Amino acid sequence: MIEARGLTKDYGEKRAVDGLDFDVRPGVVTGFLGPNGSGKSTTMRLILGLDAPTAGTVTLDGKHYRDFAAPLHEVGALLEARSVHTGRSAYNHLLALAQTHGIGKRRVNELVDLVGLHEVARKRAGQFSLGMGQRLGIATALLGDPATLLLDEPSNGLDPEGIHWIRNLLKSLASEGRTVFVSSHLMSEMALTADHLIVIGRGRLIANTSVDEFVQRASGGLVRARSPQAMRLRELVTGPDVSVESGEPGVLEISGLSPQQVGEIAAAHSIVLHELTPMQASLEEAFMELTREDVEFKAGEVAADEEGAA
Amino acid sequence: MSNVVHVVSVPRLAETGKVTQARVALSEWTKLHSLRSTRWSLVVAVILTIGLPLLFATVVGTHWAHMAPRERANRHPLDIALAGVNLSQLAIAVLGVLIITGEYSTGMIRASFTAVPRRLPVLWAKLGVYAFVVLVLAVPSVLLAFWGSQKILAQHHILQISLTHPGVLRSVLGGAAYLVVLGMFAMAVGAIVRNTAGGIATFAAIFFVVPPLMNILPTSWNNAISKYLPDAAGRDVFSLTHGPHDLAPGPGFALFCGYTALVIAIAAVLLVRRDT
Repeated sequence: MIEARGLTKDYGEKRAVDGLDFDVRPGVVTGFLGPNGSGKSTTMRLILGLDAPTAGTVTLDGKHYRDFAAPLHEVGALLEARSVHTGRSAYNHLLALAQTHGIGKRRVNELVDLVGLHEVARKRAGQFSLGMGQRLGIATALLGDPATLLLDEPSNGLDPEGIHWIRNLLKSLASEGRTVFVSSHLMSEMALTADHLIVIGRGRLIANTSVDEFVQRASGGLVRARSPQAMRLRELVTGPDVSVESGEPGVLEISGLSPQQVGEIAAAHSIVLHELTPMQASLEEAFMELTREDVEFKAGEVAADEEGAA
Repeated sequence: MSNVVHVVSVPRLAETGKVTQARVALSEWTKLHSLRSTRWSLVVAVILTIGLPLLFATVVGTHWAHMAPRERANRHPLDIALAGVNLSQLAIAVLGVLIITGEYSTGMIRASFTAVPRRLPVLWAKLGVYAFVVLVLAVPSVLLAFWGSQKILAQHHILQISLTHPGVLRSVLGGAAYLVVLGMFAMAVGAIVRNTAGGIATFAAIFFVVPPLMNILPTSWNNAISKYLPDAAGRDVFSLTHGPHDLAPGPGFALFCGYTALVIAIAAVLLVRRDT
Protein backbone atom coordinates (compact mmCIF):
# COMPACT_ATOMS: atom_id res chain seq x y z
CA MET A 1 0.00 0.00 0.00
CA ILE A 2 1.42 3.32 -1.11
CA GLU A 3 -0.04 6.41 0.54
CA ALA A 4 0.63 9.92 -0.73
CA ARG A 5 -0.64 12.86 1.32
CA GLY A 6 -0.30 16.39 0.07
CA LEU A 7 2.78 15.32 -1.85
CA THR A 8 4.44 18.39 -3.36
CA LYS A 9 7.76 18.93 -5.09
CA ASP A 10 9.25 22.13 -6.44
CA TYR A 11 12.31 22.34 -8.63
CA GLY A 12 13.28 25.94 -8.27
CA GLU A 13 10.30 27.99 -9.40
CA LYS A 14 8.59 25.10 -11.08
CA ARG A 15 6.08 22.94 -9.20
CA ALA A 16 6.47 19.43 -10.58
CA VAL A 17 4.10 17.69 -8.17
CA ASP A 18 1.29 19.62 -6.57
CA GLY A 19 -0.49 18.32 -3.48
CA LEU A 20 -1.07 14.74 -4.59
CA ASP A 21 -3.28 12.55 -2.41
CA PHE A 22 -3.73 8.94 -3.42
CA ASP A 23 -3.51 5.34 -2.24
CA VAL A 24 -2.19 2.45 -4.28
CA ARG A 25 -3.73 -0.80 -3.08
CA PRO A 26 -2.17 -4.26 -3.18
CA GLY A 27 -3.57 -7.03 -5.35
CA VAL A 28 -4.41 -4.92 -8.39
CA VAL A 29 -2.47 -3.21 -11.13
CA THR A 30 -2.75 0.55 -10.65
CA GLY A 31 -2.01 2.61 -13.70
CA PHE A 32 -0.38 6.00 -13.24
CA LEU A 33 -1.31 8.14 -16.18
CA GLY A 34 -0.41 11.56 -17.30
CA PRO A 35 0.96 13.43 -20.28
CA ASN A 36 4.71 13.79 -20.54
CA GLY A 37 5.98 16.24 -17.99
CA SER A 38 2.99 15.81 -15.70
CA GLY A 39 5.07 14.68 -12.72
CA LYS A 40 4.88 10.89 -12.92
CA SER A 41 8.62 10.29 -12.76
CA THR A 42 9.03 12.85 -10.00
CA THR A 43 6.34 11.10 -7.97
CA MET A 44 8.15 7.80 -8.44
CA ARG A 45 11.41 9.36 -7.26
CA LEU A 46 9.65 10.85 -4.24
CA ILE A 47 8.27 7.44 -3.30
CA LEU A 48 11.79 6.00 -3.42
CA GLY A 49 13.28 8.87 -1.45
CA LEU A 50 15.63 9.76 -4.30
CA ASP A 51 14.20 13.27 -4.14
CA ALA A 52 12.87 14.84 -0.98
CA PRO A 53 9.35 16.32 -1.12
CA THR A 54 8.96 20.07 -0.66
CA ALA A 55 5.81 19.34 1.34
CA GLY A 56 3.64 16.36 2.21
CA THR A 57 4.61 12.74 2.64
CA VAL A 58 4.57 9.47 0.81
CA THR A 59 4.80 6.20 2.70
CA LEU A 60 4.77 2.48 2.00
CA ASP A 61 2.73 0.53 4.53
CA GLY A 62 3.10 3.50 6.83
CA LYS A 63 6.88 3.79 6.57
CA HIS A 64 9.19 6.07 4.66
CA TYR A 65 11.18 4.18 2.08
CA ARG A 66 14.54 4.97 3.64
CA ASP A 67 13.44 3.45 6.97
CA PHE A 68 13.18 -0.10 5.61
CA ALA A 69 15.88 -2.48 6.76
CA ALA A 70 15.65 -4.45 3.50
CA PRO A 71 14.36 -1.91 0.93
CA LEU A 72 14.70 -4.16 -2.12
CA HIS A 73 12.43 -6.67 -0.43
CA GLU A 74 9.79 -3.97 0.04
CA VAL A 75 9.95 -2.15 -3.29
CA GLY A 76 11.28 -3.04 -6.69
CA ALA A 77 11.63 -0.08 -9.00
CA LEU A 78 12.16 0.47 -12.67
CA LEU A 79 12.81 4.14 -13.30
CA GLU A 80 12.31 5.75 -16.65
CA ALA A 81 15.80 7.18 -16.74
CA ARG A 82 18.35 4.41 -17.07
CA SER A 83 19.97 3.45 -13.81
CA VAL A 84 22.71 1.10 -14.98
CA HIS A 85 26.43 1.69 -15.32
CA THR A 86 27.14 1.29 -19.01
CA GLY A 87 30.51 -0.33 -18.42
CA ARG A 88 29.27 -3.16 -16.23
CA SER A 89 27.74 -6.45 -17.36
CA ALA A 90 24.10 -7.15 -16.61
CA TYR A 91 25.15 -10.01 -14.36
CA ASN A 92 27.53 -7.91 -12.28
CA HIS A 93 25.02 -5.06 -12.11
CA LEU A 94 22.43 -7.37 -10.59
CA LEU A 95 25.00 -9.08 -8.39
CA ALA A 96 26.26 -5.79 -6.91
CA LEU A 97 22.71 -4.75 -6.02
CA ALA A 98 21.84 -8.22 -4.70
CA GLN A 99 24.87 -8.22 -2.43
CA THR A 100 23.66 -5.16 -0.52
CA HIS A 101 20.90 -7.41 0.82
CA GLY A 102 22.87 -10.63 1.07
CA ILE A 103 21.00 -12.08 -1.91
CA GLY A 104 23.00 -14.82 -3.61
CA LYS A 105 24.17 -15.53 -7.14
CA ARG A 106 21.50 -18.17 -7.66
CA ARG A 107 18.82 -15.49 -7.48
CA VAL A 108 20.72 -13.31 -9.93
CA ASN A 109 20.91 -16.17 -12.44
CA GLU A 110 17.24 -16.96 -11.89
CA LEU A 111 16.24 -13.43 -12.85
CA VAL A 112 18.62 -13.21 -15.78
CA ASP A 113 16.85 -16.29 -17.15
CA LEU A 114 13.38 -14.99 -16.28
CA VAL A 115 13.78 -11.78 -18.28
CA GLY A 116 15.48 -13.59 -21.15
CA LEU A 117 18.93 -12.02 -20.88
CA HIS A 118 20.84 -15.26 -20.46
CA GLU A 119 22.74 -14.92 -23.72
CA VAL A 120 23.93 -11.37 -23.06
CA ALA A 121 24.28 -11.34 -19.27
CA ARG A 122 28.07 -11.06 -19.46
CA LYS A 123 28.03 -8.28 -22.00
CA ARG A 124 28.43 -4.67 -20.98
CA ALA A 125 25.07 -3.01 -20.40
CA GLY A 126 26.13 -0.05 -22.53
CA GLN A 127 25.84 -2.26 -25.60
CA PHE A 128 22.26 -3.21 -24.81
CA SER A 129 19.34 -2.19 -26.97
CA LEU A 130 16.55 -0.19 -25.35
CA GLY A 131 14.48 -3.35 -24.97
CA MET A 132 17.32 -5.31 -23.38
CA GLY A 133 18.01 -2.42 -21.03
CA GLN A 134 14.36 -2.46 -20.07
CA ARG A 135 14.48 -6.18 -19.34
CA LEU A 136 17.53 -5.62 -17.17
CA GLY A 137 15.62 -2.90 -15.32
CA ILE A 138 12.75 -5.31 -14.73
CA ALA A 139 15.15 -7.97 -13.43
CA THR A 140 16.59 -5.33 -11.09
CA ALA A 141 13.11 -4.48 -9.83
CA LEU A 142 12.29 -8.13 -9.13
CA LEU A 143 15.60 -8.95 -7.47
CA GLY A 144 14.43 -8.69 -3.87
CA ASP A 145 11.05 -10.39 -4.46
CA PRO A 146 9.40 -7.10 -3.51
CA ALA A 147 5.95 -6.55 -2.04
CA THR A 148 5.53 -3.41 -4.12
CA LEU A 149 6.56 -2.72 -7.71
CA LEU A 150 7.05 0.75 -9.11
CA LEU A 151 7.50 0.68 -12.84
CA ASP A 152 7.96 3.85 -14.82
CA GLU A 153 6.98 3.27 -18.46
CA PRO A 154 7.98 -0.41 -18.42
CA SER A 155 6.98 -1.16 -21.99
CA ASN A 156 9.24 1.57 -23.39
CA GLY A 157 11.36 0.11 -26.14
CA LEU A 158 9.98 -3.40 -25.88
CA ASP A 159 8.89 -5.28 -28.97
CA PRO A 160 5.28 -6.54 -29.17
CA GLU A 161 6.29 -9.87 -27.66
CA GLY A 162 8.01 -8.06 -24.80
CA ILE A 163 4.98 -5.85 -24.23
CA HIS A 164 2.77 -8.91 -24.08
CA TRP A 165 5.22 -10.49 -21.64
CA ILE A 166 5.30 -7.49 -19.31
CA ARG A 167 1.52 -7.22 -19.36
CA ASN A 168 1.19 -10.80 -18.13
CA LEU A 169 3.98 -10.32 -15.65
CA LEU A 170 2.25 -7.32 -14.09
CA LYS A 171 -1.05 -9.14 -13.82
CA SER A 172 0.55 -12.19 -12.29
CA LEU A 173 2.48 -10.05 -9.80
CA ALA A 174 -0.72 -8.31 -8.74
CA SER A 175 -2.59 -11.59 -8.46
CA GLU A 176 0.06 -12.74 -5.98
CA GLY A 177 -1.12 -9.89 -3.77
CA ARG A 178 1.64 -7.43 -4.57
CA THR A 179 1.12 -3.71 -5.02
CA VAL A 180 1.80 -2.86 -8.65
CA PHE A 181 2.08 0.79 -9.66
CA VAL A 182 2.79 1.34 -13.34
CA SER A 183 3.16 4.66 -15.07
CA SER A 184 2.46 5.20 -18.71
CA HIS A 185 1.51 7.89 -21.12
CA LEU A 186 -0.07 5.29 -23.41
CA MET A 187 -3.72 4.70 -22.67
CA SER A 188 -4.11 1.66 -24.86
CA GLU A 189 -1.47 -0.12 -22.81
CA MET A 190 -3.17 0.74 -19.53
CA ALA A 191 -6.56 -0.38 -20.83
CA LEU A 192 -5.16 -3.89 -21.18
CA THR A 193 -3.14 -3.97 -17.98
CA ALA A 194 -4.54 -1.77 -15.25
CA ASP A 195 -7.53 -2.27 -12.98
CA HIS A 196 -7.35 1.08 -11.31
CA LEU A 197 -6.16 4.44 -12.56
CA ILE A 198 -4.54 7.46 -11.01
CA VAL A 199 -4.44 10.26 -13.55
CA ILE A 200 -2.37 13.40 -13.10
CA GLY A 201 -1.80 16.49 -15.16
CA ARG A 202 0.66 19.28 -14.39
CA GLY A 203 1.42 17.63 -11.07
CA ARG A 204 -2.20 17.61 -9.88
CA LEU A 205 -4.55 14.70 -9.38
CA ILE A 206 -7.20 14.58 -12.11
CA ALA A 207 -8.82 11.22 -11.46
CA ASN A 208 -8.51 8.30 -9.09
CA THR A 209 -10.91 5.68 -10.32
CA SER A 210 -11.38 2.25 -11.87
CA VAL A 211 -10.67 1.87 -15.56
CA ASP A 212 -14.36 1.18 -16.30
CA GLU A 213 -15.58 4.23 -14.42
CA PHE A 214 -12.98 6.36 -16.07
CA VAL A 215 -14.19 5.42 -19.52
CA GLN A 216 -17.84 5.72 -18.49
CA ARG A 217 -17.30 9.16 -17.14
CA ALA A 218 -15.65 10.43 -20.26
CA SER A 219 -17.93 8.81 -22.83
CA GLY A 220 -21.10 10.40 -21.40
CA GLY A 221 -23.39 7.50 -22.40
CA LEU A 222 -23.48 7.70 -26.15
CA VAL A 223 -25.82 5.24 -27.89
CA ARG A 224 -25.65 4.30 -31.52
CA ALA A 225 -28.83 3.21 -33.30
CA ARG A 226 -29.10 1.98 -36.86
CA SER A 227 -32.53 1.88 -38.39
CA PRO A 228 -34.17 2.11 -41.79
CA GLN A 229 -36.57 4.58 -40.12
CA ALA A 230 -33.81 6.71 -38.64
CA MET A 231 -35.51 10.01 -39.46
CA ARG A 232 -38.63 8.97 -37.58
CA LEU A 233 -36.63 7.68 -34.61
CA ARG A 234 -34.74 10.95 -34.46
CA GLU A 235 -37.93 12.92 -34.09
CA LEU A 236 -39.15 10.60 -31.35
CA VAL A 237 -36.06 10.63 -29.16
CA THR A 238 -35.11 14.27 -29.46
CA GLY A 239 -35.84 16.19 -26.30
CA PRO A 240 -34.45 18.93 -24.05
CA ASP A 241 -31.73 16.71 -22.50
CA VAL A 242 -31.13 14.59 -25.55
CA SER A 243 -29.01 15.44 -28.53
CA VAL A 244 -28.75 13.41 -31.69
CA GLU A 245 -26.13 13.42 -34.36
CA SER A 246 -26.04 11.54 -37.57
CA GLY A 247 -22.75 10.70 -39.20
CA GLU A 248 -24.05 8.55 -42.00
CA PRO A 249 -27.53 7.92 -43.37
CA GLY A 250 -29.54 5.53 -41.22
CA VAL A 251 -27.27 5.86 -38.19
CA LEU A 252 -27.98 8.01 -35.13
CA GLU A 253 -25.65 8.81 -32.28
CA ILE A 254 -27.82 9.64 -29.31
CA SER A 255 -26.57 11.10 -26.08
CA GLY A 256 -28.70 11.56 -22.99
CA LEU A 257 -30.63 8.31 -23.22
CA SER A 258 -29.70 4.77 -22.20
CA PRO A 259 -29.82 1.94 -24.77
CA GLN A 260 -32.87 0.58 -22.86
CA GLN A 261 -34.76 3.86 -23.27
CA VAL A 262 -33.95 4.08 -26.96
CA GLY A 263 -35.04 0.46 -27.47
CA GLU A 264 -38.30 1.02 -25.64
CA ILE A 265 -39.13 4.15 -27.63
CA ALA A 266 -38.45 2.26 -30.86
CA ALA A 267 -40.60 -0.69 -29.78
CA ALA A 268 -43.47 1.57 -28.69
CA HIS A 269 -43.57 3.05 -32.17
CA SER A 270 -42.85 -0.17 -34.05
CA ILE A 271 -39.57 1.09 -35.45
CA VAL A 272 -37.20 -1.53 -36.76
CA LEU A 273 -33.72 -1.40 -35.27
CA HIS A 274 -30.76 -3.03 -37.00
CA GLU A 275 -28.32 -2.03 -34.34
CA LEU A 276 -28.41 -0.61 -30.83
CA THR A 277 -24.97 -0.17 -29.26
CA PRO A 278 -23.85 1.58 -26.10
CA MET A 279 -20.80 3.50 -27.26
CA GLN A 280 -17.74 3.67 -25.08
CA ALA A 281 -15.12 6.24 -25.56
CA SER A 282 -11.77 4.54 -25.78
CA LEU A 283 -9.51 5.03 -22.83
CA GLU A 284 -7.45 7.17 -25.14
CA GLU A 285 -10.36 9.52 -25.79
CA ALA A 286 -11.33 9.57 -22.13
CA PHE A 287 -7.82 10.53 -21.23
CA MET A 288 -7.59 13.24 -23.84
CA GLU A 289 -10.89 14.61 -22.64
CA LEU A 290 -9.81 14.71 -19.01
CA THR A 291 -6.30 16.02 -19.44
CA ARG A 292 -7.00 18.52 -22.19
CA GLU A 293 -6.66 21.38 -19.74
CA ASP A 294 -3.61 19.97 -18.10
CA VAL A 295 -1.27 19.16 -20.90
CA GLU A 296 1.86 21.04 -20.09
CA PHE A 297 3.26 21.39 -23.55
CA LYS A 298 0.71 21.67 -26.26
CA ALA A 299 1.56 20.89 -29.84
CA GLY A 300 3.44 23.77 -31.35
CA GLU A 301 5.19 24.72 -28.16
CA VAL A 302 8.68 23.52 -27.54
CA ALA A 303 8.63 20.31 -25.55
CA ALA A 304 10.97 20.38 -22.61
CA ASP A 305 12.60 17.57 -20.73
CA GLU A 306 10.32 15.83 -18.30
CA GLU A 307 10.80 17.62 -14.99
CA GLY A 308 14.10 18.89 -16.29
CA ALA A 309 15.91 17.39 -13.36
CA ALA A 310 16.50 13.84 -14.45
CA MET B 1 -1.53 -23.24 -18.96
CA SER B 2 -4.59 -21.15 -19.69
CA ASN B 3 -5.53 -20.37 -23.23
CA VAL B 4 -5.34 -16.60 -22.94
CA VAL B 5 -2.81 -15.58 -20.37
CA HIS B 6 0.62 -17.06 -20.53
CA VAL B 7 1.51 -16.92 -16.87
CA VAL B 8 4.84 -15.37 -16.02
CA SER B 9 5.69 -16.24 -12.48
CA VAL B 10 8.53 -14.72 -10.53
CA PRO B 11 10.27 -17.31 -8.40
CA ARG B 12 9.96 -16.46 -4.72
CA LEU B 13 13.03 -15.59 -2.74
CA ALA B 14 13.53 -17.76 0.33
CA GLU B 15 14.80 -14.94 2.47
CA THR B 16 16.21 -11.49 2.08
CA GLY B 17 18.71 -10.06 4.47
CA LYS B 18 18.91 -6.59 5.82
CA VAL B 19 21.27 -4.02 4.39
CA THR B 20 24.46 -4.00 6.43
CA GLN B 21 27.68 -2.05 6.05
CA ALA B 22 29.60 -5.26 5.31
CA ARG B 23 27.16 -6.25 2.57
CA VAL B 24 27.35 -2.81 1.00
CA ALA B 25 31.15 -3.09 1.08
CA LEU B 26 30.95 -6.43 -0.76
CA SER B 27 28.65 -4.80 -3.30
CA GLU B 28 31.10 -1.94 -3.81
CA TRP B 29 33.93 -4.44 -4.26
CA THR B 30 31.89 -6.12 -7.02
CA LYS B 31 31.23 -2.75 -8.62
CA LEU B 32 34.91 -1.82 -8.46
CA HIS B 33 36.40 -4.91 -10.02
CA SER B 34 33.68 -5.42 -12.61
CA LEU B 35 34.57 -2.29 -14.58
CA ARG B 36 37.24 -2.38 -17.22
CA SER B 37 38.17 1.25 -16.56
CA THR B 38 38.99 0.59 -12.89
CA ARG B 39 41.07 -2.46 -13.66
CA TRP B 40 43.07 -0.54 -16.25
CA SER B 41 43.58 2.51 -14.05
CA LEU B 42 44.89 0.33 -11.24
CA VAL B 43 47.19 -1.62 -13.56
CA VAL B 44 48.55 1.65 -14.93
CA ALA B 45 49.09 2.99 -11.40
CA VAL B 46 51.04 -0.13 -10.40
CA ILE B 47 53.13 -0.09 -13.58
CA LEU B 48 53.99 3.58 -13.10
CA THR B 49 54.81 3.17 -9.41
CA ILE B 50 57.23 0.32 -10.07
CA GLY B 51 58.34 0.98 -13.62
CA LEU B 52 59.34 4.62 -13.41
CA PRO B 53 61.90 4.10 -10.58
CA LEU B 54 63.42 1.18 -12.48
CA LEU B 55 63.70 3.31 -15.58
CA PHE B 56 65.21 6.25 -13.68
CA ALA B 57 67.65 3.97 -11.85
CA THR B 58 68.81 2.54 -15.17
CA VAL B 59 69.23 5.98 -16.70
CA VAL B 60 71.09 7.39 -13.67
CA GLY B 61 73.26 4.26 -13.44
CA THR B 62 74.35 4.34 -17.07
CA HIS B 63 74.97 8.09 -17.09
CA TRP B 64 76.64 8.28 -13.68
CA ALA B 65 80.17 8.23 -15.14
CA HIS B 66 79.41 11.29 -17.26
CA MET B 67 77.67 13.29 -14.52
CA ALA B 68 79.20 16.33 -12.85
CA PRO B 69 79.81 16.09 -9.09
CA ARG B 70 77.10 18.65 -8.40
CA GLU B 71 74.61 16.70 -10.45
CA ARG B 72 75.56 13.53 -8.63
CA ALA B 73 75.00 15.24 -5.29
CA ASN B 74 71.49 16.14 -6.35
CA ARG B 75 70.56 12.51 -6.98
CA HIS B 76 68.93 10.80 -4.05
CA PRO B 77 68.03 7.09 -4.03
CA LEU B 78 64.64 7.73 -2.42
CA ASP B 79 63.70 10.33 -5.02
CA ILE B 80 64.34 7.64 -7.60
CA ALA B 81 62.49 4.92 -5.67
CA LEU B 82 59.41 7.10 -5.18
CA ALA B 83 59.43 8.85 -8.56
CA GLY B 84 56.55 6.62 -9.68
CA VAL B 85 54.27 7.83 -6.90
CA ASN B 86 54.33 11.31 -8.41
CA LEU B 87 52.82 10.00 -11.62
CA SER B 88 50.63 7.18 -10.36
CA GLN B 89 48.91 9.63 -8.00
CA LEU B 90 47.21 11.01 -11.08
CA ALA B 91 45.75 7.61 -12.00
CA ILE B 92 44.68 6.99 -8.39
CA ALA B 93 43.03 10.41 -8.13
CA VAL B 94 41.24 10.19 -11.47
CA LEU B 95 39.94 6.74 -10.60
CA GLY B 96 38.83 7.97 -7.17
CA VAL B 97 36.77 10.72 -8.80
CA LEU B 98 35.47 8.38 -11.49
CA ILE B 99 34.25 5.68 -9.12
CA ILE B 100 31.61 8.04 -7.81
CA THR B 101 30.98 10.38 -10.73
CA GLY B 102 30.61 7.37 -13.05
CA GLU B 103 27.54 6.42 -11.04
CA TYR B 104 26.06 9.86 -11.51
CA SER B 105 26.78 10.10 -15.24
CA THR B 106 25.26 6.68 -15.99
CA GLY B 107 22.34 6.92 -13.55
CA MET B 108 23.63 3.93 -11.58
CA ILE B 109 23.50 6.10 -8.46
CA ARG B 110 19.69 5.84 -8.52
CA ALA B 111 19.90 2.05 -8.39
CA SER B 112 22.54 2.25 -5.65
CA PHE B 113 20.46 4.61 -3.53
CA THR B 114 17.30 2.61 -4.13
CA ALA B 115 19.05 -0.45 -2.72
CA VAL B 116 20.64 1.55 0.12
CA PRO B 117 18.33 4.52 0.70
CA ARG B 118 20.25 5.70 3.73
CA ARG B 119 23.04 6.49 1.26
CA LEU B 120 25.91 6.98 3.70
CA PRO B 121 26.77 3.26 3.81
CA VAL B 122 27.43 3.55 0.06
CA LEU B 123 29.90 6.38 0.61
CA TRP B 124 31.67 4.63 3.48
CA ALA B 125 31.85 1.40 1.48
CA LYS B 126 33.24 3.14 -1.61
CA LEU B 127 35.88 4.95 0.46
CA GLY B 128 36.78 1.85 2.46
CA VAL B 129 36.98 -0.53 -0.48
CA TYR B 130 38.97 1.88 -2.62
CA ALA B 131 41.37 2.73 0.21
CA PHE B 132 41.89 -0.97 0.87
CA VAL B 133 42.50 -1.79 -2.78
CA VAL B 134 44.96 1.09 -3.19
CA LEU B 135 46.74 0.05 0.03
CA VAL B 136 47.03 -3.58 -1.05
CA LEU B 137 48.43 -2.56 -4.45
CA ALA B 138 50.55 0.39 -3.36
CA VAL B 139 52.50 -1.19 -0.48
CA PRO B 140 54.07 -3.99 -2.55
CA SER B 141 54.50 -1.56 -5.44
CA VAL B 142 56.58 0.97 -3.47
CA LEU B 143 58.61 -1.81 -1.83
CA LEU B 144 59.29 -3.39 -5.23
CA ALA B 145 60.15 0.03 -6.61
CA PHE B 146 62.61 0.57 -3.76
CA TRP B 147 64.28 -2.83 -3.99
CA GLY B 148 64.26 -2.88 -7.76
CA SER B 149 65.80 0.56 -8.14
CA GLN B 150 68.37 -0.22 -5.42
CA LYS B 151 69.32 -3.45 -7.21
CA ILE B 152 69.89 -1.61 -10.48
CA LEU B 153 71.89 1.14 -8.77
CA ALA B 154 73.89 -1.50 -6.87
CA GLN B 155 75.18 -2.85 -10.19
CA HIS B 156 76.76 0.57 -10.69
CA HIS B 157 77.85 0.72 -7.02
CA ILE B 158 76.07 4.01 -6.44
CA LEU B 159 73.31 5.57 -4.31
CA GLN B 160 72.85 2.70 -1.89
CA ILE B 161 70.58 3.21 1.07
CA SER B 162 69.19 0.73 3.59
CA LEU B 163 65.56 0.32 4.52
CA THR B 164 66.69 0.36 8.14
CA HIS B 165 68.31 3.78 7.70
CA PRO B 166 66.26 6.27 9.78
CA GLY B 167 63.25 7.56 7.89
CA VAL B 168 63.70 5.35 4.83
CA LEU B 169 61.02 2.78 5.62
CA ARG B 170 58.68 5.60 6.69
CA SER B 171 59.27 7.38 3.39
CA VAL B 172 58.79 4.29 1.27
CA LEU B 173 55.60 3.21 3.02
CA GLY B 174 54.64 6.87 3.21
CA GLY B 175 54.44 6.85 -0.59
CA ALA B 176 51.79 4.15 -0.34
CA ALA B 177 49.97 5.91 2.50
CA TYR B 178 49.93 9.13 0.47
CA LEU B 179 48.25 7.32 -2.45
CA VAL B 180 45.64 5.75 -0.17
CA VAL B 181 44.59 9.04 1.41
CA LEU B 182 44.83 10.88 -1.89
CA GLY B 183 42.43 8.37 -3.45
CA MET B 184 39.90 9.05 -0.70
CA PHE B 185 40.36 12.83 -1.06
CA ALA B 186 39.69 12.59 -4.80
CA MET B 187 36.66 10.35 -4.27
CA ALA B 188 35.14 12.81 -1.81
CA VAL B 189 35.73 15.63 -4.31
CA GLY B 190 33.90 13.51 -6.89
CA ALA B 191 30.99 13.01 -4.48
CA ILE B 192 30.71 16.76 -3.98
CA VAL B 193 31.02 17.78 -7.63
CA ARG B 194 29.10 14.74 -9.05
CA ASN B 195 30.56 15.29 -12.50
CA THR B 196 33.65 13.59 -13.89
CA ALA B 197 35.21 16.53 -15.71
CA GLY B 198 34.40 18.92 -12.89
CA GLY B 199 35.69 16.51 -10.27
CA ILE B 200 39.01 15.94 -11.98
CA ALA B 201 39.41 19.67 -12.67
CA THR B 202 38.70 20.52 -9.02
CA PHE B 203 41.19 17.96 -7.85
CA ALA B 204 43.83 19.14 -10.31
CA ALA B 205 43.28 22.75 -9.23
CA ILE B 206 43.87 21.89 -5.58
CA PHE B 207 46.91 19.69 -6.16
CA PHE B 208 48.58 20.96 -9.30
CA VAL B 209 47.45 24.52 -9.98
CA VAL B 210 47.29 26.24 -6.61
CA PRO B 211 50.78 25.18 -5.33
CA PRO B 212 52.80 26.83 -8.16
CA LEU B 213 50.55 29.91 -7.98
CA MET B 214 51.90 30.44 -4.47
CA ASN B 215 55.18 31.53 -6.04
CA ILE B 216 53.49 34.75 -7.06
CA LEU B 217 53.14 35.68 -3.40
CA PRO B 218 55.97 37.37 -1.52
CA THR B 219 58.48 34.70 -0.46
CA SER B 220 57.75 35.10 3.23
CA TRP B 221 54.04 34.54 2.61
CA ASN B 222 54.72 31.67 0.28
CA ASN B 223 56.94 29.99 2.86
CA ALA B 224 54.36 30.55 5.57
CA ILE B 225 51.37 29.29 3.60
CA SER B 226 52.56 26.69 1.10
CA LYS B 227 53.51 24.04 3.63
CA TYR B 228 49.93 23.92 4.81
CA LEU B 229 48.47 23.17 1.37
CA PRO B 230 47.10 19.62 0.97
CA ASP B 231 49.66 18.72 -1.67
CA ALA B 232 52.70 19.83 0.36
CA ALA B 233 51.35 18.41 3.61
CA GLY B 234 50.72 15.04 1.97
CA ARG B 235 54.18 14.91 0.43
CA ASP B 236 55.90 15.34 3.78
CA VAL B 237 55.23 11.70 4.59
CA PHE B 238 57.27 10.38 1.68
CA SER B 239 60.09 12.90 1.69
CA LEU B 240 63.18 11.77 3.55
CA THR B 241 64.54 15.26 4.14
CA HIS B 242 62.54 18.25 5.21
CA GLY B 243 63.53 21.84 4.66
CA PRO B 244 62.98 24.71 7.09
CA HIS B 245 59.69 25.59 5.39
CA ASP B 246 58.26 22.05 5.41
CA LEU B 247 56.19 20.38 8.08
CA ALA B 248 57.59 17.25 9.74
CA PRO B 249 56.27 13.95 8.29
CA GLY B 250 53.92 13.27 11.20
CA PRO B 251 52.20 16.66 11.41
CA GLY B 252 52.22 17.03 7.64
CA PHE B 253 50.49 13.72 7.08
CA ALA B 254 48.07 14.40 9.92
CA LEU B 255 47.12 17.68 8.27
CA PHE B 256 46.66 15.92 4.94
CA CYS B 257 44.38 13.36 6.62
CA GLY B 258 42.53 16.24 8.29
CA TYR B 259 41.86 17.90 4.92
CA THR B 260 40.65 14.58 3.57
CA ALA B 261 38.34 14.05 6.54
CA LEU B 262 36.92 17.54 6.03
CA VAL B 263 36.22 16.94 2.33
CA ILE B 264 34.64 13.58 3.18
CA ALA B 265 32.43 15.23 5.83
CA ILE B 266 31.21 17.82 3.30
CA ALA B 267 30.55 15.04 0.79
CA ALA B 268 28.59 13.03 3.38
CA VAL B 269 26.35 15.95 4.36
CA LEU B 270 25.60 16.79 0.71
CA LEU B 271 25.05 13.15 -0.22
CA VAL B 272 22.25 12.80 2.30
CA ARG B 273 20.65 16.16 1.58
CA ARG B 274 20.67 16.43 -2.16
CA ASP B 275 18.13 15.08 -4.63
CA THR B 276 19.43 12.38 -6.89
